[in-house]
Amino acid sequence: MTDAIVLVPLFPLIAVLANLAFGKKMSETAVGTMASAAVGASFLASVVAVLGLINMEPGHRLVEMVLYEWIGSGAFSVDIGFLLDPLSAVMMLVVSGVSFIIHVYSIGYMHHDDGFARYFLYLNLFVFAMLLLVMGNSYLLLFIGWEGVGLCSYLLIGFWYKKESASAAGKKAFIVNRVGDFGFMLGMLFIATQFGSLNFTKVFADAPHIFHTGDPMVILITLLLFVGACGKSAQLPLHVWLPDAMEGPTPVSALIHAATMVTAGVYMVSRSHVLYDLAPQTLLVVAVVGCLTAFFAGTIALTQNDIKRVLAYSTVSQLGYMFLAAGVGAYTAAIFHLMTHAFFKALLFLGSGSVIHALSDEQDIRKMGGLRKIMPTTYRTFVIASLAISGIPPLAGFMSKDEILYSTFNSTHPGSAGIILWSVGVLTAFMTAFYMFRLVYLTFHGESRMDPEVEAHAHESPPVITVPLVILAFLSTFGGFLGIPVLLKYNVMHNWLGPLFEAVGGHGGDAGGAAHHSLSTELGLMVFSVAIATAGILLALNIILKRPQVAEGLKSSFSFLYNLSLNKWWVDELYDAVIVRPLWGISGIFWTEFDGKGIDGTLHGIANGAMGSGGILSRLQTGLVQNYALSMAGGVVLVLLWILF
Amino acid sequence: MISLTHYLVLSAILFTIGVTGVLMRRNVIIILLSIELMLTAVNLNFIAFSHYMENPVGQVFVFFVMTVAAAETALGLAIVVAMFRNLETVNVDEINQMKG
Repeated sequence: MTDAIVLVPLFPLIAVLANLAFGKKMSETAVGTMASAAVGASFLASVVAVLGLINMEPGHRLVEMVLYEWIGSGAFSVDIGFLLDPLSAVMMLVVSGVSFIIHVYSIGYMHHDDGFARYFLYLNLFVFAMLLLVMGNSYLLLFIGWEGVGLCSYLLIGFWYKKESASAAGKKAFIVNRVGDFGFMLGMLFIATQFGSLNFTKVFADAPHIFHTGDPMVILITLLLFVGACGKSAQLPLHVWLPDAMEGPTPVSALIHAATMVTAGVYMVSRSHVLYDLAPQTLLVVAVVGCLTAFFAGTIALTQNDIKRVLAYSTVSQLGYMFLAAGVGAYTAAIFHLMTHAFFKALLFLGSGSVIHALSDEQDIRKMGGLRKIMPTTYRTFVIASLAISGIPPLAGFMSKDEILYSTFNSTHPGSAGIILWSVGVLTAFMTAFYMFRLVYLTFHGESRMDPEVEAHAHESPPVITVPLVILAFLSTFGGFLGIPVLLKYNVMHNWLGPLFEAVGGHGGDAGGAAHHSLSTELGLMVFSVAIATAGILLALNIILKRPQVAEGLKSSFSFLYNLSLNKWWVDELYDAVIVRPLWGISGIFWTEFDGKGIDGTLHGIANGAMGSGGILSRLQTGLVQNYALSMAGGVVLVLLWILF
Repeated sequence: MISLTHYLVLSAILFTIGVTGVLMRRNVIIILLSIELMLTAVNLNFIAFSHYMENPVGQVFVFFVMTVAAAETALGLAIVVAMFRNLETVNVDEINQMKG
């Protein structure tokens, strides 16, 4: 049964090739059906493979399937092969499942778009690359998927390439990701030199023998890998590309920039947990960066007015939570939050897409309001997702976020790092609840602030859009029961992933370990975080919906803080001034001085010299036959004289 | 008695006249005639040496040279005709299209 993993990436690849060959001639329905069916088939294949994995003994759930040797160079070799273990199983199911739902949704959302076939081509290619990323059995294969999803992300952000801002956003995403990829590649090269292999199984088996805990080399490797993760998962200071990526079609934001691709960094860190466990210093860096990102992005989301930008910063913030979890060694919690986040964040984006679609591409929440009655299904699912992300029990987000906060509180990092990180995490949870419900109230409640013309056309979306919303709402509600806190015995996620994350590393940081498990602490923290989230929601209710004048008052009395948040802490401006403009200046100098004057000047000089000397010498060529004959005769005479005398 | 030297001197004179004609005259047809003159001078050399060295090979060469000269003249005249049709002149000092 586990052999079915070969089929998982195969279906989207076939769909890509078919779309390339026939896409332009096929009807919209045919293209959309083909693309969705391919991903659906891929999901079914994943289910079959994972069922096979479930039947194996816990602790020995690992299938490595090598298709063929790709690179063989002396002792170093890289195979094309797939790794199926509990971690990749979760990722495969989430990626193919959520992708399938979003593919179906896209059929409705992209209806009548000129680039319909092209859109599904990129989307299928993305699914293929993402599956390669999570299933590859070596760092190199992961990296191919990593770059593949980056390429698809670029193509899809700039999907409406005629729009200047969209193509600029695509380039920004690509270039910022390059910075991270550079770190990742260096990390990979160090792994190759240290281990002589890039294969996961070999590297992780050898790591504890080659390195002792805290070895500078392993710290360097893990830090470099984390730089890559920062780029892909939009962590500080490389987060700037993700909010701009919202220029792409909304289902793309849901799939790539919320549910799957941006979580690749979390997956990679969790996959490399053996190395990270050997480098506690790096783990602290991961936790701090994640925590700061969560807080930082949360503060920005408070004041944004574009519905998708709020969600984008919220995504950055939630990704920060995942890294915080990974950084305190709670990889299970990180992957669990990755999964639940995929559900409710995809739902939020698809819901916002439904709103945007209904309002003729209006994205400004100041021009919405009162949509509750017009779009009941979208409203209900959106509220479920907002409750989930805010961490209200028993929805999915509560389960995962609570586990992260609890693990942080109990983390083994030195000093009071755990408590500080936890406090920031809780503060972020409060902001999360506030900005999500600010969004809900401004969009769906209160009086309508829509243009009358837009309002006349506002309507609930067709079933092809609402059914995916309902499915995701179901998953956002019940998905969390896979990892119920407290009742560890029935915690499916822990039973599933626990052996994997504890088997090799032996690092006690995973909060699932019963070592420092205290029921009363956990319950106390849980109640506290729920109270905080509720407070956030109530605050939003009071100052956004009931007494907007209070919000206005706060805005003017804390205008510096307000502007700080509204202008995203001026990070873009900072990068512009510190990196982009100097680079432009230097490039300009190189362009005019070095390229223009140096290289072009030399070449032009050589060409002009040849032309000039040619001009002089060409005067010898009179074109008159008799001149030639005369010189020939003269030459003969000279030769004869030479011979005779 | 006419010696070999007489022939060679006559041949040299003929050749020089030919070379002078090629170099000095403007008319292409005259130039062709001058080339014939140079060839005749060469032929005369061949015959003279053949006679005095009592070796018939030189005369065989002369036949070849005359054949080739006839062909060459025919070709040359054809070129002259084509040239005249295009440029309406047979003066070599007016034909300098290949000037650099």
